[in-house]
Amino acid sequence: MTPTLQLFLVISATLFCIGLLAVLSRRHAIFILIGIELMLAAANLNFIAFWRFGPQPQPPTGVMIAIFSIAIAAAEAVVGLAMVIAVYRHYRTTNVDQFDQLKG
Amino acid sequence: MNSAAFVVIAILTLAAAFASATLQKLMHAALMFALTFVGIAAFFFLLGAEFVGLVQVFVYVGAVAVLIVFTILLTRRDVQDTGKPNWGGAIIAIAVFGGLLWAILKTPALFIAAPQIEALTVKRIGGVLMTDYVWPLQCVGLLLTAALIGALILVMEDRDEG
Repeated sequence: MTPTLQLFLVISATLFCIGLLAVLSRRHAIFILIGIELMLAAANLNFIAFWRFGPQPQPPTGVMIAIFSIAIAAAEAVVGLAMVIAVYRHYRTTNVDQFDQLKG
Repeated sequence: MNSAAFVVIAILTLAAAFASATLQKLMHAALMFALTFVGIAAFFFLLGAEFVGLVQVFVYVGAVAVLIVFTILLTRRDVQDTGKPNWGGAIIAIAVFGGLLWAILKTPALFIAAPQIEALTVKRIGGVLMTDYVWPLQCVGLLLTAALIGALILVMEDRDEG
């Protein structure tokens, strides 16, 4: 038995929900960024799986979208971590519950 | 496609991802994060997208994981997540997982095996990147430059107060 498309989608959905769990339940800013990266990786896995299981021959669109998505995720991680450092300098904490200066 | 390899990679990836989302010590979570991305790159190799797998290893394990470790070291004051976890978020995540799983298992069109494909060479990827995807490529280059400058501006210290 070889793995079907369904199994890859289940793996990717699990990965996405683990990322969602990290984003929604953790208080530490770096954990939230780790969760976002996991969710983006799950989306990439879906793109590659649909490309591999789609009708052949076809242009490598899924692979291209995954490559661009990796580049954009890297840019997002750089800016996100720079923001964590900038906010840490100001508040001396990385707990997102204490970033409440704009709270009404 | 080898099913034994699939099971091993799936267990490794999901266990590492769960550990990186739930561990208390940040440094352990960052190392588990790197391991998760090694697992995802292995999935890409299994699916026949070797180039994307290599890019994944270079970018995530080589760059983003190191960046996360640097950020943890620069924000040394709280290397442990001391805040209480938000259980409402966990319930939402489980509900979303249930919904996704239901949608995937209810779709009979997904019960397909992989067709035979000719290997996707780096030459072909390079050709497509330079013809059909040349505008997205330029935009990504611009975006990466902007991200570099933006990150530098964000972490630059204000010198004029002293």
